[in-house]
Amino acid sequence: MSAPILTVARLAKRFGGVQAVDDISFLVQPGELLGIIGPNGSGKTTLVNLISGFIRPDSGTVRYRDREITGCMPYKISQLGLARTFQMVRPFYHLPAFKNMIIPLASPRVKQLSGGKYGDRDAVAKDLLEEVGFERDSAVINKPAGALPHGYLKRLELAKCLALRPDLIILDELFSGLSLAEVAGILPIIEKLKTEGKTILMIEHRLRELFRIADRVIVLNFGQKIADGRPEQVMQGDEVRKAYLGTEGEG
Amino acid sequence: MYIRKERIDRGVKARTEDLFALASGWDLLYLLAPRLLPILVLLLLTVTVGPYWQKVLISTAVFALLAISWDFLVAAGMVSLGQALFFGMGAYLTGILNHYFHWPIWLTIPVSTVLGGALCTFILLPVLRLRGIYFSMITLVLPLMLVRIIEATKIFGGTEGISGLASYPGRWLELYLGLAAAWAALFAFRRLLNADYGLILKGISDNDRSVMSAGINIYWYKAQALFLAGSVGAFAGAFMTHSYMFVGMPVFALDYSILPIAAAVVGGMGTMAGPLLGAFILVPLSEVLRGLGGLRIVIYALSLTVFIVALPEGLFHYIQRKYQQFERKVKVDYE
Repeated sequence: MSAPILTVARLAKRFGGVQAVDDISFLVQPGELLGIIGPNGSGKTTLVNLISGFIRPDSGTVRYRDREITGCMPYKISQLGLARTFQMVRPFYHLPAFKNMIIPLASPRVKQLSGGKYGDRDAVAKDLLEEVGFERDSAVINKPAGALPHGYLKRLELAKCLALRPDLIILDELFSGLSLAEVAGILPIIEKLKTEGKTILMIEHRLRELFRIADRVIVLNFGQKIADGRPEQVMQGDEVRKAYLGTEGEG
Repeated sequence: MYIRKERIDRGVKARTEDLFALASGWDLLYLLAPRLLPILVLLLLTVTVGPYWQKVLISTAVFALLAISWDFLVAAGMVSLGQALFFGMGAYLTGILNHYFHWPIWLTIPVSTVLGGALCTFILLPVLRLRGIYFSMITLVLPLMLVRIIEATKIFGGTEGISGLASYPGRWLELYLGLAAAWAALFAFRRLLNADYGLILKGISDNDRSVMSAGINIYWYKAQALFLAGSVGAFAGAFMTHSYMFVGMPVFALDYSILPIAAAVVGGMGTMAGPLLGAFILVPLSEVLRGLGGLRIVIYALSLTVFIVALPEGLFHYIQRKYQQFERKVKVDYE
């Protein structure tokens, strides 16, 4: 097996009296699609924030390829090729949808990857938006992001993340709040990213859809990792059933 | 059945950001008139009014510069309550350079502009991470603190200030330098905000975490915006100092922080042109009311209130809408 692209070792974070993330360790191999699931409040988003640099851990380390990124500023981490989306969509509300794309396209990473030149950013922005399911040259891409429906905002969030041409993509509940049809529209995009060799880390509540594409799943509960393995394996475990499915009834 | 207002864009596609498709001379006029007319009117004013009102125009240009600088910072997500910091920094720098080092005026102003901007950015670097009200509070306190330092340590003339500074070679140069600077700042900042660089600044104001996530060092961009806005403010201070031939503690006064904000609110935030317009209303208004003695502030405050209540969007946005769109009443049926 090749060297892991992401190494999380004994990561911990406490907020006041709550141990949000409690001694979590795992590896992600290049090209892998890893799902992270767990009941609400189990520490999934905190884990993403710790990896992407938005929160500093109390202890533990995060390594991206052979580089330690624990406590690095978020923009430094994004520049290395680890990009994320936000669960609560974070568009630039006042800017038109396709102008939203200019901001990641203006980052130093994109300049570096395209050989010192930015090229035609507007065209690239439109290409990317088309890739995630915006109708090209429609009125939608010129609308202020604040006026877009939720489904489009989620797609925009994904497109902004892809604009950085990342190697490791962290999708924080990309499917939340989307209809079955909308999810069915985005799934092939993720599968395509996977065939392109991207490594993907997906935080999800929509287990049925996640299990269709995930290679491996990690289950969190009260900030601890309680299971790690192939999707169908993981769901057999008693602890997982009790913690997650027993109370939620979804599956 | 209801009556509703419907707004329709005028024919000329003038609202695209930088692409102008002109069909006729009228289109050209339509685009140029709002840009050139104010300049022409102003030039006419400068040659028709007497020396007193020329001084008022200079003071107006100074507040316009501070208001434009404030508006630019807001566009980048930083609400400054301390334009006096930039203003006072530029004023004292030029005073010191001229009085202690005997630098000529054509050197003190540019150096104070750049150095003032850099010093203000440096001072504010530690609070660049703060957002919203926290950043504002620090900017409010800093000029008030600096003035106390000058008072307590008696440096740079202490409470007396420094007088006898170099003046401009002629009052026309002074007048046109001030006005030209205000217009240069206006056009430069508007242009910058419409470029991709401006998009990043607006993105930071909208959602700074998202910009960081896009691999962009927002603190570097914020520092740059601060430097640009600070330099414009410092220029205003340096310019005013040589106009008064004096620099003293009043340059850090709250007036220079609050009046630019009032101008921006009256004129319309987010456009740079609005704050300039606001300054050209408020400063002369304040002069006209000078004859009223004690009632001056009351009337001034009242008219400010009327402006804000009647036109909360700001005068410039209102004029712009009227200029770019038709309005008509339409009947709407709800079933």
